[in-house]
Amino acid sequence: MQCGISAGKGIQLEGPGGDMQWCFSQVKGAIDDDVAEADIISTVEFNHTGELLATGDKGGRVVIFQQEVENKNLPQFRSEYNVYSTFQSHEPEFDYLKSLEIEEKINKIRWLPQKNAAQFLLSTNDKTIKLWKISERDKRPEGYNLKEEDGRYRDRNTITALRVPVLIPMDLMVEASPRRVFANAHTYHINSVSVNSDNETYLSADDLRVNLWNLEITDRSFNIVDIKPANMEELTEVITAAEFHPHQCNTFVYSSSKGTIRLCDMRVSALCDKHSKLFEEPENPSNRSFFSEIISSISDVKFSHNGRYIMTRDYLSVKIWDLNMENRPVETYQVHEYLRSKLCSLYENDCIFDKFECCWNGNDSVVMTGSYNNFFRMFDRGQRRDATLEASRENSKPLQVLKPRKVCTGGKRKKDEISVDSLDFNKKILHTAWHPQDNIIAVATINNLYIFQDKVN
Amino acid sequence: MEVNIEARRILAVSISKLYASRTQRGGLRLHRSLLLSLVMKSARDIYHSSRESEALSGAQSTPEEPMDTSSTPELPERQPAPLSEKNSSETAVEESDNKVEDYDLDTTEDKENLSPARQSRKRRGKASAAPDFLPNKRARLEPGEEREGDKIGPCWTVLSGGIFNSVST
Repeated sequence: MQCGISAGKGIQLEGPGGDMQWCFSQVKGAIDDDVAEADIISTVEFNHTGELLATGDKGGRVVIFQQEVENKNLPQFRSEYNVYSTFQSHEPEFDYLKSLEIEEKINKIRWLPQKNAAQFLLSTNDKTIKLWKISERDKRPEGYNLKEEDGRYRDRNTITALRVPVLIPMDLMVEASPRRVFANAHTYHINSVSVNSDNETYLSADDLRVNLWNLEITDRSFNIVDIKPANMEELTEVITAAEFHPHQCNTFVYSSSKGTIRLCDMRVSALCDKHSKLFEEPENPSNRSFFSEIISSISDVKFSHNGRYIMTRDYLSVKIWDLNMENRPVETYQVHEYLRSKLCSLYENDCIFDKFECCWNGNDSVVMTGSYNNFFRMFDRGQRRDATLEASRENSKPLQVLKPRKVCTGGKRKKDEISVDSLDFNKKILHTAWHPQDNIIAVATINNLYIFQDKVN
Repeated sequence: MEVNIEARRILAVSISKLYASRTQRGGLRLHRSLLLSLVMKSARDIYHSSRESEALSGAQSTPEEPMDTSSTPELPERQPAPLSEKNSSETAVEESDNKVEDYDLDTTEDKENLSPARQSRKRRGKASAAPDFLPNKRARLEPGEEREGDKIGPCWTVLSGGIFNSVST
């Protein structure tokens, strides 16, 4: 992703009522409409403090943005993020045995909790997971005895005294180095990685298997879920996402293409093929269509921060499940129900296969997910309110508060509404992230990253 | 009747998607292939049931021969008879199902060198034909003739034949 920055600072405005309103802060990425495929953003993730924001793209690059330190205490400027580090995480590879190309696209990035001065993240493509160390260097040694400053060796005869090199300040340099490469453990395409709360292990999931790794050990992983049937003809579902519980290091969940979520306890047995809990909602028979299976496939699963709920995203809705209730979700939010009558066209143009992600805010009161036409949706669980907002260059002026958008589903179209047929299905927001402690959100369109913050009074 | 047309159209779209996914960068995606095959099954089932109801109501479609779905290894039999698009679409889906078993590349069985007879478990109905929305017709096999790896034939069998074969990377 190119980093031409168009910066505009959102400034607080008085708004009506007590509604949370969002202001544009920044947009990162190329401005032109011609999107280079390598620049397509494929994952967005805040670190645990929210100070760092990482993006991965189809070209295998990772770009990390850092929150401006000076601005942290200035409410209106606290969402300014600048480029901190850019590196090539994965390269295209070729599997000669199977004559297949392995894409370098970054499927997921997950940060490790910070333990020392350096930052660590896991990035993965379809086949290989890498642990990257991102460290700062702001001093360099000067005054070597045997070398000049430019690196040339000094003539021995001119050395008459010994000196101790000193560290002198230099311009900050951020270095990214691959510390571990976890390869050759997945036959199918990796869709998830999740770091365990024990900070020692993590899981990686592909279509049929979930593997458990130790962060220190790269030549071995344990297979903890295997849903591959003995006869592949009997294949009926695949794993679509997996995540560890935020606090219980023995618990993880995985979602399936059939719309089910399984919660597994690693203490029960080494192979967690038998779930401890199965979350499934019976299908509404009146909604049955050719595409029922596709739209019930879960594209993302996320634990709430407090570990009591699971959120799932399928094609048309977001569901919140209570861990203690398996037979139905406690809340269901329609993201874009008006698309239900358009499923055939969405199948033809492939949009029905889009995998939307979802995210929680820091205190689990609001959830967010993306839609088409560069719209994204927020659902306030407590206040039972929802909003549709748009990430667009037209709304990216400084001072600009995002105006709620509305899709007209039938009848007379009001002013400012947009009709379903006018929606641009090439403009989709698949990846969104919410700062863990603040109301700052990162929303990725195809090749741009928008940062918004709530308006401050 | 409209459902019928819709089902056929969806089948055609699905088949072309399966075909296109073979050349996709990164290899075939198992999840996508599975979803495509599920849609094709739905469309096929709806097509069947709508044809059956047509037949019951005395419409002029020729009666279908019952499919022999026993598991005896049989050669695929295809005849260019001008009817029963249902059977062909069923063939396409069954082929994709059949080929799923060849996907298992990391077991000790030598799946790659299976004979075509073993690969196709289901006997095609005699009335199967290439429907008008699909590109080619398949040559009729004489009894005992082997089709080399099922690699020749209309694109719709070739493509569905490979979906689960090549997904694994």
